[in-house]
Amino acid sequence: MTETVTLEVLRYRPETDSEPHFQTYTAPYNEDWVVLDALNHVKDNVDQTLSYRWSCHMAVCGSCGMMINGEPKLSCHAFLRDYRGKTIRIEPLDHFPIERDLVVVMDSFMAKLSSVKPYLIPKPEKPLDDGEHLQTPLQLMAFKQYTQCINCLLCYAACPQCGLNDDFVGPAALALAHRYNLDSRDAGKDDRAGVVASNPGVWECTFVGACSDVCPKHVDPAAAIQQTKISASLDWFKAKLMPGANS
Amino acid sequence: MSRRPYVRKVERSWWLAHPRYVAYMAREITSLFIGLYCALLVVGLVRLAQGPAAWEGFLAAASSAPGVLLQLVCLAFAAYHSVTWFALTPKAMPLTLRGERVPGGAIVGAHYAVWAAVSLVVLIAAGV
Repeated sequence: MTETVTLEVLRYRPETDSEPHFQTYTAPYNEDWVVLDALNHVKDNVDQTLSYRWSCHMAVCGSCGMMINGEPKLSCHAFLRDYRGKTIRIEPLDHFPIERDLVVVMDSFMAKLSSVKPYLIPKPEKPLDDGEHLQTPLQLMAFKQYTQCINCLLCYAACPQCGLNDDFVGPAALALAHRYNLDSRDAGKDDRAGVVASNPGVWECTFVGACSDVCPKHVDPAAAIQQTKISASLDWFKAKLMPGANS
Repeated sequence: MSRRPYVRKVERSWWLAHPRYVAYMAREITSLFIGLYCALLVVGLVRLAQGPAAWEGFLAAASSAPGVLLQLVCLAFAAYHSVTWFALTPKAMPLTLRGERVPGGAIVGAHYAVWAAVSLVVLIAAGV
């Protein structure tokens, strides 16, 4: 008999369901299949009403984040062989409202992300005729790991503070703010400080560290946030001791 | 069709859901015992200011079996807090030396070295 895998999938269809409930599916077991392959098998062959996000199937697009046996994971990065012999329980990412089945509402994250101005703010603007912005390998090393974020939201699902406090700006957005603050071409740190160095910014983080544990790209947002706390504290003292001086 | 997003509440027992959250809560709770030991030191200072008899009474209480047990428990929690904090220090203070990242182990090791040195000075000053 062909080996199979049992999936318990949290379903929520707002037009018929008052609350989410689990539905069980069976899919073939394949040594090189990931959870996303099993979901695609269900969608193609068993139940076309099942909704979930995915795109690249190679841990680059950041679309297919889900809770898999309670752990936030990219479903394209979670091999069935690692769950062999167990039921695989699949839920939408924690700490986000459920739009439908495994699809979450990420509007709050998009607003938080844009609030930290995650783009280069050079001051003064350099005219194109003056050529490119040069950067040494050492200057690049200062922030490169933080550029790897794919906005998959696994860190938000892992962070208890994100679940308990809707206002917390959260790991990925704060890590991206840190990425630009560390960039030698950028001068926008003060423009970001209003959000980043506020209470809902880095100071709501209590350093659980779960964000870094679950990050599939090894961005280490917890490190970015702790470093931002130190930098924000130094800026605060500088502003108190030397009013009017630039940070 | 109108949208009707469903919001799931975070359970009060969220911290029991994964060992990493339990470890985090254990680290947080160490602060209570460190606070307790600080209160003990403040009481000691107050008793010292009240004169030799009060100070001797404080010393006797601190040296009794319950007093020693309390201090051992506080020491255990303080050690757990310090060890877990030292393990996190490379995240908070990434150092670069001659164009290379200083390995995390070296940063953690330096913290243990300073801890040992300070402890030695305190023990010598206390005449142990």
